[in-house]
Amino acid sequence: MIEKLPTELKRCKYRVHAVAREYGLRFPEIIYEVLDYEAMNRVAAYAGFPQRYPHWSFGMQYDQHAKSYRYGLSRIYEMVVNSRPVYAYLLKCNNLVDQKLVMAHVCGHGDFFGENLWFGRTDRKALDTFANHGSAVQKYIDQHGAAEVEKFLDICLSLQQLVDIHSQFIRRKPNGNRNGGQSEESGPESVRKLPVERHYMDSFLNPREHVEAQRKELEKKKRERELLKIPESPERDVLLFLIEHAPLENWQRDILGMIRQESYYYLPQAQTKIMNEGWASFWHSKILTGSDKGNAYVQPAPDPVLEAAEVVDYADHCSGTLAMGRRLNPYKLGLAIWRDLEERWNRGQFGKEWEECDDFQEKSHWDRKLGQGRQKIFEVRRIYNDVQFIDEFFTPEISQHLKLFAYRYERSSNTYKITSRAYDEIKRKLLFSLTNYGSPVVEVENANFKNRGELFLRHVLHEGVDLDLKKAAATLEYFHWLWKRPVYLVTVVKEEEIALKFDGTHHQIPAAKLASIQ
Amino acid sequence: MVTIQISQDYDRFRQIVKGRVRRDLRKYLKSNELIGRQGGQVISIPITDIELPRFQYGENQGGVGAGEGEEGDVIGLGELEGPNGAGDQPGDHILEVDFTIEELAQILAEELELPRIQPRGSKNIEGESDNYSVVRNVGIEVLKHRKRTFREALKRQLAGGEYSLQRPLIVPIKKDKRYLSDRTELKPENNAVIFYIQDVSGSMTDDLKMVTRQATFWIDIWIQSHYKNVDRRYIAHDSQAFLVDQDQFYRMRTSGGTAISSAYQLAIKMLEERFSPEEYNVYFFQFSDGDNYDHDSQRCVKHLKETLLPAANLFCYGQVGKSSSSDRFIDVLEEEFPERDNLIFTFIRDDEEILPALKAFLGKGK
Repeated sequence: MIEKLPTELKRCKYRVHAVAREYGLRFPEIIYEVLDYEAMNRVAAYAGFPQRYPHWSFGMQYDQHAKSYRYGLSRIYEMVVNSRPVYAYLLKCNNLVDQKLVMAHVCGHGDFFGENLWFGRTDRKALDTFANHGSAVQKYIDQHGAAEVEKFLDICLSLQQLVDIHSQFIRRKPNGNRNGGQSEESGPESVRKLPVERHYMDSFLNPREHVEAQRKELEKKKRERELLKIPESPERDVLLFLIEHAPLENWQRDILGMIRQESYYYLPQAQTKIMNEGWASFWHSKILTGSDKGNAYVQPAPDPVLEAAEVVDYADHCSGTLAMGRRLNPYKLGLAIWRDLEERWNRGQFGKEWEECDDFQEKSHWDRKLGQGRQKIFEVRRIYNDVQFIDEFFTPEISQHLKLFAYRYERSSNTYKITSRAYDEIKRKLLFSLTNYGSPVVEVENANFKNRGELFLRHVLHEGVDLDLKKAAATLEYFHWLWKRPVYLVTVVKEEEIALKFDGTHHQIPAAKLASIQ
Repeated sequence: MVTIQISQDYDRFRQIVKGRVRRDLRKYLKSNELIGRQGGQVISIPITDIELPRFQYGENQGGVGAGEGEEGDVIGLGELEGPNGAGDQPGDHILEVDFTIEELAQILAEELELPRIQPRGSKNIEGESDNYSVVRNVGIEVLKHRKRTFREALKRQLAGGEYSLQRPLIVPIKKDKRYLSDRTELKPENNAVIFYIQDVSGSMTDDLKMVTRQATFWIDIWIQSHYKNVDRRYIAHDSQAFLVDQDQFYRMRTSGGTAISSAYQLAIKMLEERFSPEEYNVYFFQFSDGDNYDHDSQRCVKHLKETLLPAANLFCYGQVGKSSSSDRFIDVLEEEFPERDNLIFTFIRDDEEILPALKAFLGKGK
């Protein structure tokens, strides 16, 4: 599969990388692989990883990619893997302009992966880690049979998003093991003894009665802890909770740990999609067309990578990738915000004075000649994620310029309808779709509900958007499979708290009001 | 590495979706979802709930899109093409998976336990196929058969004593050259023609026609998967018969009376003119509500006995709808053909009965 990078592309790579570095992008070594579309579809099915655990869902991905390529609906231009070194894939049949563009784009991603704080804890050896997961799962398949492992993987994948987005940076439990996959039960706490250098001193320094008393004390404490609620406070890292407490076999615990680890690996990418894609697009356009030439504020303004004659091809490509259709294109939204951000900080359009100015004329000519744009965007790239990025820098002008609208589903006509073009509404919807990377937040509230070992989950932070109850009920069945005792999910539907329950054979239908089960 | 893995994962995926289609076959048989989803040799089937369930927001989530439009404008239809919101949320979409005719036929066969069709031996027409399998001594250079050419040259040089072991040089001259040449071979091919005959008189309601349509969709797939070339002829009739195209066949509606024999006569005419039973495997699938005049039914019986049944691999009649006492075409057939080999008739009262009807029609392996 691996081909040597042709000399022509190598020359492009050196040129593009040199320009990118001159602009101040910092990225690790990038390894490009050239693939034909068939291989590209294959690799894309595994999200860029050459080796992963076997599962049919990758086959499904492949089927969809191959189909949309066959019908000419879409093709995959670039794929980049966050690792050290960064791996990126080029499509063989692309022309040279496209290849340069992809390289420039990848430089942007490489910089973002390396410099953005939210990526600070990601596994930089993910290629190896995922491949190891692959061989471990393969080993379990050999031991326990393909059907058994597939069933279990289905369950894990169904729950894979139930992680705690902040737990990478916060230690919620003292000495909590947050690394997943290796949550070995630590042995029973032993009585602390004074250290002795000669063993005959032992009975003297640590008299038997004292040790015995301490051991009893410890046991009593332990029993007390067990009587306490589990978990002590609601646990948002549901996967970790299951790894630690669900009655699983060792191989199952191991696989669940791997899935959890992969979830955490993908988490920052889901949290920074708009920023990351926008950042890469912002830089590829600068690197390729040198659009900073003649911009007084920008100090390093290297020569563009593209020849004049290539710009038409470039424009053609861009009109493709940045086309909006009816969907929100994260590339375009991100790009618009980054550009606006740089412009505004160059001209000093921020701060109290700017906010309080309501003279449209004055605002449109506002230029304090600060030239802080470049500095600002690098700073934002360092410490923001999508939620903060949209919250702070998404302006009514951008919304209007991109012709954004909010829509909703209308059951009576089975259609999606535009509900509003108001900035506030759009921003609210955008932020909602980015919070907790667009997934509902579900916590384990009590693992010993009614003192019968039943699992009690709660959908928290309900913001007026209800769960898909059918899907939720199906997911509860998977929970039950893991927990092997009845499971509950409390959520809000039409502003009323209700509880779903699955006891292994029956769903409680209709879902009961919360009060009735307690 | 990836190659091996993807083929495993892909095969497993195909296996799963085929299992789903098989499980839901009854549902697909009843609904008209699949009709019109055939493009050439593939049929695209919507598979629901293949994706793993997870806790996700329901339909009142909404989202942000971009483009023209006023407040209140419709931007998409539910279920099938919900526009995605920002972030990484795939909308609640239904997966469309392509199946080949052969795959679907196989699913049908497994579910209905159908035997493969045995084409009638003597009905094979000779298809022509060109093969470059002859060697001649004239031809064009690109088709030169090198090995034979050098062999000829060696033979000539040996015979003339020009060949020496010390200097083994072989130089072909013009008359040594040999060329590949084509030869037309006749190969047996199985061709089939399907006559679909439907009563379109006033008594055939749209619901009944829909039943016909579902049944013919699957019949078509089954027969198509067994023959290289399949011709189809659609005969719609009331008291007269018309040769129509597929689209008209399912839509046409007349207010006339009913004379099934008119359709039979048209079919006989086409057998004589175009589809000789010597060359074709002939299939008839007839759908009617069974309301036919007695004297016309007698004429039909005559046609069946004399021409149609001897010519056909299979003649199937499905009496659709809730038959009343006047709908007795099926009874006539019952009386007249106590011994029957390639004639099959059954009731298809509603869409629940499509499946058993298909099994009855296709279960003989003809």
